[in-house]
Amino acid sequence: MSEKLSNAQIAWRAAQDIEDGAYVNLGIGFPEMVAKFQPPGREAVFHTENGVLGFGQAPAPGTEDWDLINAGKKAITLKPGAAFFHHADSFAMVRGGHLDVAILGAYQVAQNGDLANWSTGPKGVPAVGGAMDLVHGAKRVAVITDHVTKDGKPKLLESCTLPLTGVGCVTRIYTSLAVIDVADGHFVLREKLPSISLKDLQALTGATLHLDGPVADLIVPEI
Amino acid sequence: MDKRVANLAEAVADIPDGAVLMIGGFGGSGAPIELIHALIDRFLATGSPKDLTVINNNAGNGHVGIAALIEQGMVARMICSFPRSADPRVFTELYLAGKIELELVPQGTLAERIRAGGAGIPAFYTPTSFGTDLAKGKPVAEFEGRPYVQERWLKADFALIKAELGDSYGNLTYRMAARNFNPLMAMAAHRTIAQVSQAVPAGGIDPEAVITPGIFVQGIVEVANPQQEEILNRADAAYPEV
Repeated sequence: MSEKLSNAQIAWRAAQDIEDGAYVNLGIGFPEMVAKFQPPGREAVFHTENGVLGFGQAPAPGTEDWDLINAGKKAITLKPGAAFFHHADSFAMVRGGHLDVAILGAYQVAQNGDLANWSTGPKGVPAVGGAMDLVHGAKRVAVITDHVTKDGKPKLLESCTLPLTGVGCVTRIYTSLAVIDVADGHFVLREKLPSISLKDLQALTGATLHLDGPVADLIVPEI
Repeated sequence: MDKRVANLAEAVADIPDGAVLMIGGFGGSGAPIELIHALIDRFLATGSPKDLTVINNNAGNGHVGIAALIEQGMVARMICSFPRSADPRVFTELYLAGKIELELVPQGTLAERIRAGGAGIPAFYTPTSFGTDLAKGKPVAEFEGRPYVQERWLKADFALIKAELGDSYGNLTYRMAARNFNPLMAMAAHRTIAQVSQAVPAGGIDPEAVITPGIFVQGIVEVANPQQEEILNRADAAYPEV
């Protein structure tokens, strides 16, 4: 089994499900890539925890304004129609159910939607940031991730073994091999790469993949 | 009424040993670097204040601002959401050596606890952290069929914040994403000191544009062209300069 989607391709696939006019929070790091792949004709408004709605791409090097950053503390620019607000309003947008989509990375996802993405255990300095807040309140909480860990172990499990970020919060998972929904306490396979068999995909998944209607081919352009 | 203070040293002169101190900013944006450095100057001259509890989103970056405050040994305890940064060495080393305490709080809960402190609301319920290690020992209650975790207000003896315009009544505006925690901390501290990039007379700020009303602010000190943590760190700056 060698073929799998690149991170950019996973981000592309996740971007196809963001509707025109959606308010979206992208987690720090890999999820930020989703913004680059908005389908033509659709416009999403991006939210960052530190108090900006409607930010655009990074500024040219040398033109950064360090009062204008995202939650990853990277310099950003504003799009027309942007807004500033303080931190309590920012998290009211999250917790109050006003965001349409949050897209986050994951160490592990359980079949009931539990997410572990903030801590790999008790060593070092713990740091949580906004991860535990973001998983509550967005209408859809999606995860983008490699299907397995770097050493080939399943990341989609019956239950998480790492410290939880949130309980029962994930609604959809975009992996390097498949698109999987979380419904009624189990994984439902929606799309998979045509090159992988259901049996092989199941072998790389730590919980049963349920079928609910046909499984579509996961087709993503070369990026 | 005139809340303007003559200089930075006077602005931080009353902060005692053991104080609970909210410091505004998210990373370097909105961080009152000059007020923090004035506090370090006072400590170097007098040995005080020390044993501080500092509330901020982060725990310092490089060797300036909050990192420098920690490096001087003035901070006994940090309350923050993300004690990592591009260069978190100062906090990390002291934490791993058991020389500084950490209370880790999810970022939205941190913001809401500070707002609650400022609004006189001793506790509230949030879905954030339910079922996780950070909810251990906290009361849980169900509302409309969903479980929520009880969180308590956060208050401080002093808040050191950064704003853009400040008038003699203490009304404040902010610059872009440098707003972040600053307006919340202004509400939650017994005494709030704002460094402002420009001090103006009463009437110098359009009332429609005021973000923090002056009732939440006890002192303002003008620091024109304030320093920015990101730029200092790119130049490997340290405070005090060696």
